[in-house]
Amino acid sequence: MSDARTEIFSSIRRALGVTSTEAPRRAIVEDRLERAPKGIVPARGQGDPAARKEIFKTQALRAQTSLAEVASLDAVPAEVATYLRDNNLAARVRGGADPRLASMSWTETDFILEQAKEGSDLTSISIAFGGVAETGTLAFVAGKDNPTHLNFLPDHHIAVLQASDIVSDYERLLRKLRMVYGKGLMPRVLNFITGPSRSADIAHTLLLGAHGPRRLHIIIVNDV
Amino acid sequence: MSITPTSAQFKTNAHHALGDADLQSALAHVPTGFVANRASAIANLPEFDALRDSARDIKNHTLAHLDLYLEAYEEKVKAAGGHVHFARTSDEANAIVLEICKAHDAHIVTKGKSMISEEMGLNDVLAAHAITPVETDLGEYIIQLRHETPSHIIAPAAHLTKAQVEGDFRRAHVDLDRARNLEEPETLLAEARTILRQNFLKADVGITGANFLIAETGTSIIVTNEGNGDLTQTLPKVHIVLASIEKLVPTLEDAAQILRVLARSATGQDMSVYTTLSTGPRRADDPDGPEHYHVIILDNGRSSMLAGPFKDMLRCIRCGACMNHCPVYQAVGGHAYGWVYPGPMGAVLTPALIGLDQSADLPNASSFCGKCEEVCPVRIPLPKLMRLWRDRAFERHLMPWTQRAALGFWAFFARHPRLYRGATSMAIGMLGLFGRGKDNLNALPFLKAWTKSRDFPVPQGGTFQAQWAKRNAGPQIKAPKS
Ligand code: SF4
Repeated sequence: MSDARTEIFSSIRRALGVTSTEAPRRAIVEDRLERAPKGIVPARGQGDPAARKEIFKTQALRAQTSLAEVASLDAVPAEVATYLRDNNLAARVRGGADPRLASMSWTETDFILEQAKEGSDLTSISIAFGGVAETGTLAFVAGKDNPTHLNFLPDHHIAVLQASDIVSDYERLLRKLRMVYGKGLMPRVLNFITGPSRSADIAHTLLLGAHGPRRLHIIIVNDV
Repeated sequence: MSITPTSAQFKTNAHHALGDADLQSALAHVPTGFVANRASAIANLPEFDALRDSARDIKNHTLAHLDLYLEAYEEKVKAAGGHVHFARTSDEANAIVLEICKAHDAHIVTKGKSMISEEMGLNDVLAAHAITPVETDLGEYIIQLRHETPSHIIAPAAHLTKAQVEGDFRRAHVDLDRARNLEEPETLLAEARTILRQNFLKADVGITGANFLIAETGTSIIVTNEGNGDLTQTLPKVHIVLASIEKLVPTLEDAAQILRVLARSATGQDMSVYTTLSTGPRRADDPDGPEHYHVIILDNGRSSMLAGPFKDMLRCIRCGACMNHCPVYQAVGGHAYGWVYPGPMGAVLTPALIGLDQSADLPNASSFCGKCEEVCPVRIPLPKLMRLWRDRAFERHLMPWTQRAALGFWAFFARHPRLYRGATSMAIGMLGLFGRGKDNLNALPFLKAWTKSRDFPVPQGGTFQAQWAKRNAGPQIKAPKS
């Protein structure tokens, strides 16, 4: 198929009236890829940490999540137990190898370390890489700590978000991502999740829980 | 799911659509849902118009340097362990998909929503080679059961009522209790969820589209609300991404700019539920994800659009706002447009991709009220581009211009009161066009006999209704443009 490649590139270049050897064009492209300039960043997510958290909560609620706040990571299992009880769910959650989950004391709830991709689980728990106040969005990165499929397969997804990881806008989250993974590099998957799964494909009626979780419950850990 | 175009018979298709009671009842939701939701989302974001400029500029910049960004993207995908394939035509793209499926002995392929796949007619090709394609977007799943094409680019089953979906499920899901109650939409959703869940876990290959490809990182992005695209690409051992050349953006920051206008324009959400950035196959300590990651980049006539006026159309981010706001689409739905892409964006893109001779009627599938351009997040001058196609069709004698485009079309709209507002705007718009720069028209091109002895005043600034709205609503409501 290298023929196709060559032909497509020459067709693009013919249409643009360029040859690909023009140094200034290359310089413009390299510069943009290197600098990754920010465009317009909306004002609405901006504020100090306390304000950002409030904006995040407001926006996340608008996207039909449910929310709880706890004082520290240690308090997460108790909040999970409450959520499961309130929703008549079995006292069982499935999660990844994140050391923060491992260090919690799961006395009331069975914490099952995810081994295989299980389609039948009701509840999963994962720790978010960050939160974006602007739209109440959670960010998750793939890996054994918080496997991607746990964001999608269960009926109930419990997301733990440390308040110190709430940023005002996408650009700040991307900056944090580059610090962790390096410039131009990405985790295999970065999931931005804003609310529980939904569909309006049956007669324009909005329903929650299409293929992904019916409920997204966010536990904010007040570590700031 | 044959895609033999019927775009050349728009008018006939439209007549049928207007007489279809189920369709009309389904379409009644378009203005109350999409249109109202978009309006409230943008009212909550003062920077929305500035972001539209930004999105337009990013797309223009990328298109002007497309060869170089494609090269950079390809490098990055390879570095992440993925494969990039280029396809000139749908046939080439289908052949690449088949080859990958065969290499992995695939029997079941799950699919996220992809308009490129529709353009390729991929499902028929897979089925012909004993590979079962399973559409997993709920709307796509429904129309797959019906052997139909999507009637909307983001809401494929926008043309159907609940009762029709129930009928389809009863016909297709024969193993389930025939006496089951499917009265509520929730029950239908639960049934589809259960059936599709089994397929997600069984599939050998998952195929998704891409809303964006990022040159900086070699990343593909999908945007969905259901989560079906994520299950499609996370669970099987092979992930194939179908994209066209114009999906490129330079950086993550650029994608963030455009994402801010995409969901708001599409469904009126601030963000769609799932925005997923994927880069390459499973890594050493990944417990999930595909072992093989392939991207197929389709041209299908787009590279030649880069020269000339239709280049603007390559900015399209497939939000659907132009069709949601189009009085013609609202009245006749998407199937009347006769191929894959409906509404104003389809009326401009279809002739470029399948040829004007196959679609000469389409550029007339508009009331020229200007609403589409007004709402387009990347500011594509859709009415101007439709007029250009119409001029070309005229030059090439592809239609008897005076009769079909002008009087015939007006008569058609005049008989259908739901189109009244759009049709009168069209009349004003067209008269304004012909009279540009003059105060009186002394020779309307298609009414020569009538105007020979009398002058026709050039309409000033839109219809009475539009002017009334403008006067009463103050400066924020724009009058329809011509
Ligand atoms: S033409 Fe504009 S409004 Fe229509 S789908 Fe494309 S981006 Fe959206």
